[in-house]
Amino acid sequence: MREPVQKKNPEVVGVTSIYHEHEEWAVNLGDSTVHAKRMPGRFRTLKYITSSLWLFFFFASYVRWEGKQAILLDVNNRQFHFFELTILPQDIWMVSLLLLIMAMTLFAVTSVASRVFCGYFCFQTVWVDMFTWIEGKIEGNPNQRHKLDAAPWDARKIRIKVMKHVIWLAIAIFTGISFTVWFVDAHQYWHDLLHLNLSLMEWATLIAFTLGTYFLAGFMREQVCMWLCPYARIQAVMADSQTILPTYDVKRGEPRGRLRRGAEADSSNAAQGDCIDCFQCVQVCPTGVDIREGQQLGCITCGLCLDACDSVMDKIGRPRGLIRYASLDEIEGRPVKKLYQHPRTFVYLAILLGALGGVVYGLSHLGALTLRVAPERQPLYVTMSDGSIQNKYTFKVLNKTANDLFVNVTAEQGVKGQIIIGAEQPKLVTHGRSTSFTIFVKAPAENIEKEVNPIEFYVKNAEHPDMVAEYTTMFNGPKR
Amino acid sequence: MSEKHNSAGDVKTTGHVWDDDLEDFTNQPPRWWMLGLTASALWVVVYWTMYPGIPVALAGTHFKGLGLPGLSLHLPGTDPKDDGKWSAIKELAQDQAVLDEVRGPYEAKLKTMTPAAILADAQLSEYVARSGKVLFADNCAACHGQNGVGTRQTGAKFAQREQGLMAPILLDDDWLYGGTIDTIHETISGGRQGMMVAHKDTLSVQQIDDVAKYVKAMSEEGGKEKADADPAVAAGMKVFAESDCTACHGADAKGMAAMGSANLTDKVWRFDGSLEGIKQTITYGVNSGDPSSRVAIMPNFVAAGKLSPVEIKKLAVYVFKFGGGKVDAPAAPAVAEGPAAAPAATN
Repeated sequence: MREPVQKKNPEVVGVTSIYHEHEEWAVNLGDSTVHAKRMPGRFRTLKYITSSLWLFFFFASYVRWEGKQAILLDVNNRQFHFFELTILPQDIWMVSLLLLIMAMTLFAVTSVASRVFCGYFCFQTVWVDMFTWIEGKIEGNPNQRHKLDAAPWDARKIRIKVMKHVIWLAIAIFTGISFTVWFVDAHQYWHDLLHLNLSLMEWATLIAFTLGTYFLAGFMREQVCMWLCPYARIQAVMADSQTILPTYDVKRGEPRGRLRRGAEADSSNAAQGDCIDCFQCVQVCPTGVDIREGQQLGCITCGLCLDACDSVMDKIGRPRGLIRYASLDEIEGRPVKKLYQHPRTFVYLAILLGALGGVVYGLSHLGALTLRVAPERQPLYVTMSDGSIQNKYTFKVLNKTANDLFVNVTAEQGVKGQIIIGAEQPKLVTHGRSTSFTIFVKAPAENIEKEVNPIEFYVKNAEHPDMVAEYTTMFNGPKR
Repeated sequence: MSEKHNSAGDVKTTGHVWDDDLEDFTNQPPRWWMLGLTASALWVVVYWTMYPGIPVALAGTHFKGLGLPGLSLHLPGTDPKDDGKWSAIKELAQDQAVLDEVRGPYEAKLKTMTPAAILADAQLSEYVARSGKVLFADNCAACHGQNGVGTRQTGAKFAQREQGLMAPILLDDDWLYGGTIDTIHETISGGRQGMMVAHKDTLSVQQIDDVAKYVKAMSEEGGKEKADADPAVAAGMKVFAESDCTACHGADAKGMAAMGSANLTDKVWRFDGSLEGIKQTITYGVNSGDPSSRVAIMPNFVAAGKLSPVEIKKLAVYVFKFGGGKVDAPAAPAVAEGPAAAPAATN
């Protein structure tokens, strides 16, 4: 980690001197690779557990249900299958609520415990963790890795590097495949892939995700979090003084100083804080930041420095928690508010529950038929030769069942004496997509009392009349 | 991390200093960026030579490019040597080929089918209704209005005539020449010209006034009774029966589809339906040659080379599906039909 650069000339006078503050910023510009140390600990274990949730991404798409892929986002055919459930694009409004739920979950969690997503679940974090784990297995510990990077290219270095990149690429390819098979049938996809017979779109997706994974997780690493990721910025502004996040207890730690022989027995040594300046917290940090500098953009709150510091504290016989999940209030000695005293979190939760309710409502009211009726707008009505008024309607019936079926068209309200023309025979409605047909409604002019009359249309399954969809629209007449 | 920093002294600068301490570094752009720049510059050359990108014309021709790999499309009337070379018209032809591939099977069927058979086929008639919309907008809407709503003159005078509709509304079930699919097809194929003689020389002003009142009464509720109450209407009825009106409009005044004479008893008016408008029509006729006559001409789109047979079939089905098409009704009340025997309502 780069040390803060000292001001060259603190005595500079004039307006431009404020720019010298810049020099105190220590920014990881990615000009040298971060080789983080791996240390066991509570948060390391937690990170392995949360990372393993991504196995779902790799393997859940192979679950079959009644001979078909259980979860299939069939974009090509505009159908989304979740076990029994098939969702058609007409119900896609629920996706917006789903996105709202995800956003609000992120917000609520962030307001309570900062960038939990970044530290434990984010694919960038998880994949980088996986890639560096492999790197460690092949190239050795961070010191060996630094040495290898600096060493001249000889046969050994080439062998090691080639092996690492082959494995990285293999993971990247498998990531690309695993992403794609959520959108096409997994069995068919593997068959096509092994026969090199993918469609252009499938090749493009595979290559894009393979290269994306390889470069982002293999080379860009923490730079993605620092310079590319918008969530890092969003989440950072949502943390406040009540939010708990990995924090260095400045009061306890400072003044820091190297451990002197015999000092561990004298824990009441007032001249020196608990921090022995061992840099273990910096060495384990996957983004290469120094947590002791305070809350900062580079911190993804993964807690690995907590593990490192705790292990050191254990060794020197000091209490754990010099670096711990704590709020700014706690560290600065202000009264610590309870979780329920954080109204912002509850606002997030309220929105989350609202959206959740919407999705539950949507899923429980999917229905088998949906009806949309568009009245003709030009002209609104036609005067027929006997003086009666005719309106034209375009029906769009969506059949969400697995079979084609016939529907009857009926109407309620509207105008006394109205006749439905165009639905004398039951209408065929094909499954899986919207079927449209034209219906005319004719009514005697003398019965039309208003310019606009509400009319309620029903389409009923000819065989099962309880399968019905309705739509209310208008019957238009001449000005009165 | 390195100890280097942007303001470190070991980076070369241009030697210029502004505002005491702003200096210009002479850092090279990254190598990948320079490679990209070079590759882009080379690509420009390749691109220019493959496409007709060089604006040089020699001896009446121009540089057509070296051509694109994989492109070999021959356009009629071009040199076969140019088949592999790109042109905008070729790109259009390729795009149209994609469309034709989708439409081909439908269009092939339409060629041999009768309009009635097309109408009976749900899938085909849906296809025809869609492509007919464009044809209608291009060829018919100028007179019949968008979606067949009819065009009315909006000002006091339009082309020196005040005749109500320019062309009939196609959405209702009143048809001058019959509303079956075949008669609609026939109408579009051959065009129509309405014909009604001017009566200014054969009828007196009083007679025209009376017969106009009678004609208007016929289309209103209880119109028949008015003849008893209003002597003018009764006089008009007499004129209607005794002059040449019945020859075309029929004794029952319901018109004859065979000659396109209007049904005078219904609520739909071809021309201005006010009393003044009716008088105008009777006085000066339709296409009668009189300067004040009504104009009712539908051009022959086939003779004009505007529409192909398939396009006419499409339009016939499209117009039929507007809502007024008649499925199996007789073409029109026959001439021989008795005055009182005809059904009261036309639909």
